This record gives sequence, C-alpha cells and structure tokens, in this order.
Amino acid sequence: MATIYTEISSNKWRTVVVMTLFVAVVISLGYVFGVALDLPWLLPLAIVIAAVQAFSSYWWSDKLALAVSGAREVHKADAPELYRLVENLTIASGLPMPRVYVVDDSSPNAFATGRDPGHSAVAVTTGLLGKLDKPELEGVLAHELSHVGNYDILLGSVVVVLVGFVVLMSDFFLRYTFWFGGGRRRGGGEGEGGQAGAILLLIGIALALLSPLFALLIQLAISRRRELLADSSGALLTRNPNGLADALERITADPQSMRRINKATSHLWIANPLHGTDGRTRGWLAGLFDTHPDPALRIARLRRMAM
Amino acid sequence: MVALWIVLAIVVLLALALIVMYNGLVRRRNRVQEALSDIDVQLKRRYELVPNLVETVKGYASHERELFEKVTAERAGLVTGSAADKVNASNQLTETLKSLFAVAENYPDLKANQNFLALQAELTDTQDKIMAAQRFYNANVRDYNIATQVFPTNLIARPLGFEPFEFIEAGGAEAQPVQVKF
Repeated sequence: MATIYTEISSNKWRTVVVMTLFVAVVISLGYVFGVALDLPWLLPLAIVIAAVQAFSSYWWSDKLALAVSGAREVHKADAPELYRLVENLTIASGLPMPRVYVVDDSSPNAFATGRDPGHSAVAVTTGLLGKLDKPELEGVLAHELSHVGNYDILLGSVVVVLVGFVVLMSDFFLRYTFWFGGGRRRGGGEGEGGQAGAILLLIGIALALLSPLFALLIQLAISRRRELLADSSGALLTRNPNGLADALERITADPQSMRRINKATSHLWIANPLHGTDGRTRGWLAGLFDTHPDPALRIARLRRMAM
Repeated sequence: MVALWIVLAIVVLLALALIVMYNGLVRRRNRVQEALSDIDVQLKRRYELVPNLVETVKGYASHERELFEKVTAERAGLVTGSAADKVNASNQLTETLKSLFAVAENYPDLKANQNFLALQAELTDTQDKIMAAQRFYNANVRDYNIATQVFPTNLIARPLGFEPFEFIEAGGAEAQPVQVKF
C-alpha cells in the first residue's frame, strides 16, 4: 500500500540512486574522454566535479533553485496574509515552518524546495498572490507543503543540480560551438584556437547526445504520480479540494508564461512554467521535459474528491 | 533440542512484536496529546488578545455594553471545560466578534485605528489557527484510533489501557444553519 511513509523512503532511496548514478556517469565520462583524447587531467577533474556537485546538490540545491528563480525571502511583516496561510497550514500538517519566498513574476506559479522539512522553503510568484483568492492560494500552498512532507523536495532539488546541470551545459555548449565557435574556426584556421574549438564541439556533441537521456532520468526520478499525490494530500490538509482545483484552472488558463524559464527547475513548479507557449514553439525535445501530469486530469480528480 | 530452539525463537519473535506494537501505540498516543496541547496554545493566545480588543473598542464605542459583556463571558469559555467545549466556545466567540466588527463599521475613527485593525486581523487569524490545530488533532486521533483497532494490535490495545480518543467536531455556532432574519 502506498502511504506517505513509503513515499518518503522511496524519495530518499531515489535520491541516493540518482546521486550514485550521477557520480558514476561523470567519472566514467572523464575516464573515457581522458583516455581517448589523451588528456590525463580529465579523470581527476571529473572526480572533483562529481564530488563537488554531489555534495552541493545536497546542501545548497535549495539556495540554487531559489536564486535561479529570482526568489526573495519575505517575513511576516512583509506579507502577513501569505505568511499566515503558510503558518496555519503548518499547524494543520504538523510540519515546521518553512522559509517563505516571493518571485517577481506575473505568471501565477509556486514551488517548494529544500532537503528536509526542517530546511525547506516555499516560493510563490507575485502573479499567484495577485490572481488567486484565499481558498485557492491555500490549496496551492497545501500542495507545496505536501511536497515538503513527502520529501519530494529533496529529490526534486538534488535533480536540479545534478541532472539539470548536464541539460544546461549541453544547451550552452551547443549554442556556443554552432554560433560562435563555428564562425571563429572558419576565420582562424588551424592552431590552438581550432583545437580548443574542436574539443568544445566534441563535449557539446557528447552532452547533446546525453541530454535526452538525462531528461529521461529527470522523468524517471520525478514521476508524475508525485504531483497527483501532493494534490490529494494537499486537499486532505485543507479539506477543500475545490480550492486547489479552482487554482489549477486559473493557473492553466493564464496566458502568461514565466519570464525566467529554466529547464533545470521546471519540474519543481506546481504548473509547468512553459505552459504559456503550449503547442507553438514546443518540439519533441520539450515534450521530453514534461514532468507534470495533464492539468485537466488533476482538476477532474480534485473535483471528484469534492463530491 | 531443535524443538526447544524453535519454541524459544517463536517466543522471542512474539516478544519483539509486542514491543514494537506497544511502542507504536505509545508514540501515537503522545502525538495525539501533543496535538491537543497545540490547540490549547492557540486558544490561550486568543484568550489573551480579546481584552485588548475590548479595551480598544471601548475607547470609541463605550455604550455597546451588552456586546462587551457577551464577549467577556464567551472569552472565559476558551479556557474551561473539555477540548471540544473550548473549541466550540471559540466558534461562538467568532460569531460574536463578527457582530463587534460590524458595530465598528459605524465608527470611522475606530475603523481607522491601526491597533484595532491589527487586533482584528490577529483575532481572525487565531480562529484559523485553532481550526488548523483542530484538523491536526483529528488527523492524529484518526491514526491512533485506527492503530488501536486493527488486528493484531487491537488484542493488546484495550487490555493495556489504550482507549480511543474522541474527535473534536464542530458543534454550537458552526454546526447550526445560518439564520436569516429580515
């Protein structure tokens, strides 16, 4: 039977698996490329990178996720209504009080991060505060606090640093080599610059080949079931499934996309930050990054609970 | 000899199972009691806030004597009786405070008083907090009661004095249908 306790241990277990896999992949990549390109320093470098990232993904991933999203911390005096809502939900759920953050973005959205309930943070956009009424906001916050209680935040945040890093780097290298590196090589001809460009291109291609694999890893790690579970336990917390259902309707109906879209953190948000661009600019690769269940399905489930 | 070992193993296993079940029940019972004291913390806070509000309102609307007396009487209910009584007293008080806030609408100076506005927000919030604490308590009672009733824990629960707890349910003001008078 899937209870919240099996969910917690499953999340901790998956975190260990993701971390181990990541360290193994980075070190073996360092070894293979080190031998193939005859660069002996590549293996120690890979070991250092793997160690630093595994370490920081546990201790600082929440700070990174918050910083990447441009979140600023608020206290009771700054946003008493938001703060009180979170406070009351922590009383109802028996969780410690998380830090509360606000992201300046008019697209309504929210996420939670941290490594355990004692070190957790909940962030909402200014759009969410402005566009949702109190029961809706309460529903969203209860959903986020359920992620905190289930330890979804640990896995989600660790994935931001470990897996998201590869996705980001592959984006970066590909753009760099195709747009800038390519042009410069044609102009510069042979020599030091050409060799460096070739290495960058190689790394870029390697990462590009790996990138869908890592995207798949994100998907495996962050199962969509988690969102549904957080919907259910959030509804149990507020005893008002309609609050979250209304909120999801309003969020998905909102035409605005988030300004700072980041593939590495998109799985953290309650609704896909890319939802505003649905069907137009999204290719098959973007589809791979879908970490959220269909909002219509989530709303239907919540409405059924309310009956 | 082998049979003796098997019997011994079974006895040890049974003893271990008993210990695990007993400790689980103790843990859950403590959680229920902790949740109960959480409600009291919030009720106490409300109890302490009410006189401040009454004093502030008195400064502007001293002749609403009847309302003040009602509030004061209901305030006493926040700290007397069973947990359910106290929570119901708090619900009752919320209704009376609504009338008090409605009265305040007639006094522009009072309405603009920062202290009054802060107290109004605080008192509304404590009621939300009491309800949240009540939900947490009920959730813990549910888990505890289930634990005492499922097999095989139910075999040891009653003999060892693990009695089920009562849920705190909305009674009084909240449970009654709203009366509309013209």
